[in-house]
Amino acid sequence: MAKVIIYPTNSLILSDLVQRFGHTPIAMMEKIKEKVTTVGVDSPPMNITAEEPKHGLKYAAVEVPAGVRGRMALVGPMIEQADAGIIVGESPMAFGCMGCARTNELTKYLIRSREMPLLELEFPHSDDEGQEFVYKIAEFLKTLPDGEEATE
Amino acid sequence: MAEGNEDVITKLVVTSSDSVLPIDAAMRIYESSTDIVIKETCFGTMVTGPRESVNKVVKEIVDLDKNHIFVKERGFPPGDDRRCRASRGGGSRPGFYFLKEEAMMLPMIGNALDKYDKHVPLKEVERKKKYEVKELQDLIESTQ
Repeated sequence: MAKVIIYPTNSLILSDLVQRFGHTPIAMMEKIKEKVTTVGVDSPPMNITAEEPKHGLKYAAVEVPAGVRGRMALVGPMIEQADAGIIVGESPMAFGCMGCARTNELTKYLIRSREMPLLELEFPHSDDEGQEFVYKIAEFLKTLPDGEEATE
Repeated sequence: MAEGNEDVITKLVVTSSDSVLPIDAAMRIYESSTDIVIKETCFGTMVTGPRESVNKVVKEIVDLDKNHIFVKERGFPPGDDRRCRASRGGGSRPGFYFLKEEAMMLPMIGNALDKYDKHVPLKEVERKKKYEVKELQDLIESTQ
């Protein structure tokens, strides 16, 4: 099965659809889990340390705010390990870990920059759009290789 | 100790079904396994436990109405002080707003999945599109 990065990275619908059609979603929740449940806290309560903005330097320049670089320390490695991507625009809400517009721009840019299969859509607003949304995602996921060749 | 923690996951089960109520899903979890913890919330049921047990139970619940029950992994364990509103003095927990917006779309997504399973052909959807520069220019000039 292929590793598919989803944007918004914490989306319930996308995470479910990717898993439903037999692939592995790369979502923010897993990364957050690693952070908040790892024993040996350096910086409670979230375990975000001064190291994160340094890791983020790989993806954003030093002039970029530390918040963006800190987020990219989580999102950047997710993009690197992806075999494919689904970007859904017109997100109705982007709160929590999705709350930084500049990080979101950079995330989308980096996903598009990778040479990998990519599907870009918008969140649906009506039943017909919902049907098109699901059909496109399903067909896209079916085109992805689902064996070892995708994930080595 | 860290190894033990790695194996424990939390999944969020959101029900948007006409035939399966959230309490049905919760009851199914209660009766299925002893080594998992569940928490019923206003936005779904959280299931925590060893990865294999959670995946097995979640699959059982999803099979009740597979196109209308949605699952995602959650980072924080249930009732975590850093997220639970009981210990933060009220208000929605961070991340709830997006989940709520998506939960409102779930009936639409569920119906679409039903149609996909039945191979209902896709309808042509007309979308509002932005004016091209030339069209906009013509429009402005036509009113002068």
